[in-house]
Amino acid sequence: MNTRVLRALEAVTAERAEGAVLSVRGLTVRFRMRGGRQVAAVTDADFDLAAGECLALVGESGCGKSVLASALLGLLPGNAETSGTAVLDGVDLLTADERTLARTVRGRRVGLVPQSPAAHLTPVRTVRSQLEETVRELTGVARRERRAAAEAAAERAAFPAGHLDRHPHELSGGLAQRAATALALIGDAPLLLADEPTTGLDRDLVERTVDELRRHVDEGRALLLITHDLAAAERVADRVAVMYAGRIVETSAAHRFFGEPGPRHPYARGLLNALPDRAFAPIPGMPPELTDLPPGCAFAPRCARATEACATLPEPLAGVACHHPESPRA
Amino acid sequence: MLELHDITAGYDRRNPVFTRAALSVAPGESVGLLGPSGCGKSTLARVAALLHRPDAGRVSLDGTEVRAWRHRAPRALRTTVGVVFQQPRMSADPRLRLRDLIVEPLRAAGRRTGIPARLAELAPAVGLTDDLLARRPHEVSDGQLQRACLARALVLRPRLLVCDEMTGMLDASTTAALVTAVEAYRAETGASLLAVGHDRLLLERWCDRTVDWSDCLTPAGGGSPTS
Ligand code: SF4
Repeated sequence: MNTRVLRALEAVTAERAEGAVLSVRGLTVRFRMRGGRQVAAVTDADFDLAAGECLALVGESGCGKSVLASALLGLLPGNAETSGTAVLDGVDLLTADERTLARTVRGRRVGLVPQSPAAHLTPVRTVRSQLEETVRELTGVARRERRAAAEAAAERAAFPAGHLDRHPHELSGGLAQRAATALALIGDAPLLLADEPTTGLDRDLVERTVDELRRHVDEGRALLLITHDLAAAERVADRVAVMYAGRIVETSAAHRFFGEPGPRHPYARGLLNALPDRAFAPIPGMPPELTDLPPGCAFAPRCARATEACATLPEPLAGVACHHPESPRA
Repeated sequence: MLELHDITAGYDRRNPVFTRAALSVAPGESVGLLGPSGCGKSTLARVAALLHRPDAGRVSLDGTEVRAWRHRAPRALRTTVGVVFQQPRMSADPRLRLRDLIVEPLRAAGRRTGIPARLAELAPAVGLTDDLLARRPHEVSDGQLQRACLARALVLRPRLLVCDEMTGMLDASTTAALVTAVEAYRAETGASLLAVGHDRLLLERWCDRTVDWSDCLTPAGGGSPTS
């Protein structure tokens, strides 16, 4: 790629950083294990997320995407060490103390749409009482208006008013997901973080869930969608970031990633090719151990394009961290 | 290979999960059973895998009528079927190393001498390295554990493999790798497959034919759907 194009791309990146709701730079997470071992769960993640934009963070289980989400919420276990910055609305999520996170971040600046809504809801209380409780915690709404505020939240998440007095176990999977989303929306957080929100759901429910999330994006929220479901990502995302062995190896516009010219990083290409409506071909081998990463490209042992150059770490260039990316066809 | 006639099953006789379901899988055939979650298809899969006794109906496996389920089923019949579930963590003994998890059915069958040879065949077939074989379930990913669960299901060379949402929580590449391993086994042995799931795209790509759960059920007042 020539320098003019690169410069133009950088300008776009800079512009993006300025309008960003969330700006992540050099985010790194290490877990200290017994025997002095260290797990390199996330390494040097950079990305920006703007209002009205959905970024899908995709990759296989163990690639670090859920750890990254936990880092943003300040929910990492005690043996984790983080570095880098993740600035949301002037607050660095990585250095903020628990009090700040609990009082001003979780629910207020970041709304979490959980992986398993059934487990996220309190089983012994009705949906209405949980919504009202969250309204009380997160907003200044006066007591007598809480009921209306809870109903409004339910409506925004397309949760039917007739089901508000039910307990979580009386809800279908789809309605439980909407109840959890309604809770996530109450604090009017500018950033929604959805961690595998469609795991275990049937395809039509997956589509409905992501379509509803998209609606909240179109209303001006930023959405970070963590998922291993590429079809869900294709349906909802504006941009896609692919993680492999703790690093973001490619960031791309969703329509270019899923359509033409397709992914440029060999791993991303392999992941897409594994889909049953594409080649249905697995990538040979398995991801490396995060305790024992090679100094160069972590994908090299599985990569058909690897050369000697790949023994050194590829720097991200125009969104792709690879020494020999596939050349754009279009 | 597998015939399920007029099966009624559930966990409470007065309130069965489904009534009068039918399904058959021919020798060497692969059938995908599609249905939404909670419809009862997993219960039918457990009946087929001899893990759940139906309240009514007839099951025959490889030409033999099944009269007993679970540990009461004759060993020869039980070893005809291998089964893999959606949640590897719920089906794998957390104390066993993957290597022991895989060969445990061989041990239970008293076939200890065959263990090293069978392990040497299966581990590469499902993509497990020596390092991974030496670990316990909490030390591996879901995908790696599911590879071990598949190897375990294949260790006694079943003539029918039942996969209940085997790849439900796995990424695209691990899904394709597991399906490739199943198909390599079937190509080598001629085994049949019943794959149960809700992903139409996946099952249509994978199986010879797919059946919708609603088509397995006898319409009220009608005869058996396969008759
Ligand atoms: S840097 Fe080399 S080994 Fe890594 S993905 Fe690119 S070509 Fe393959």
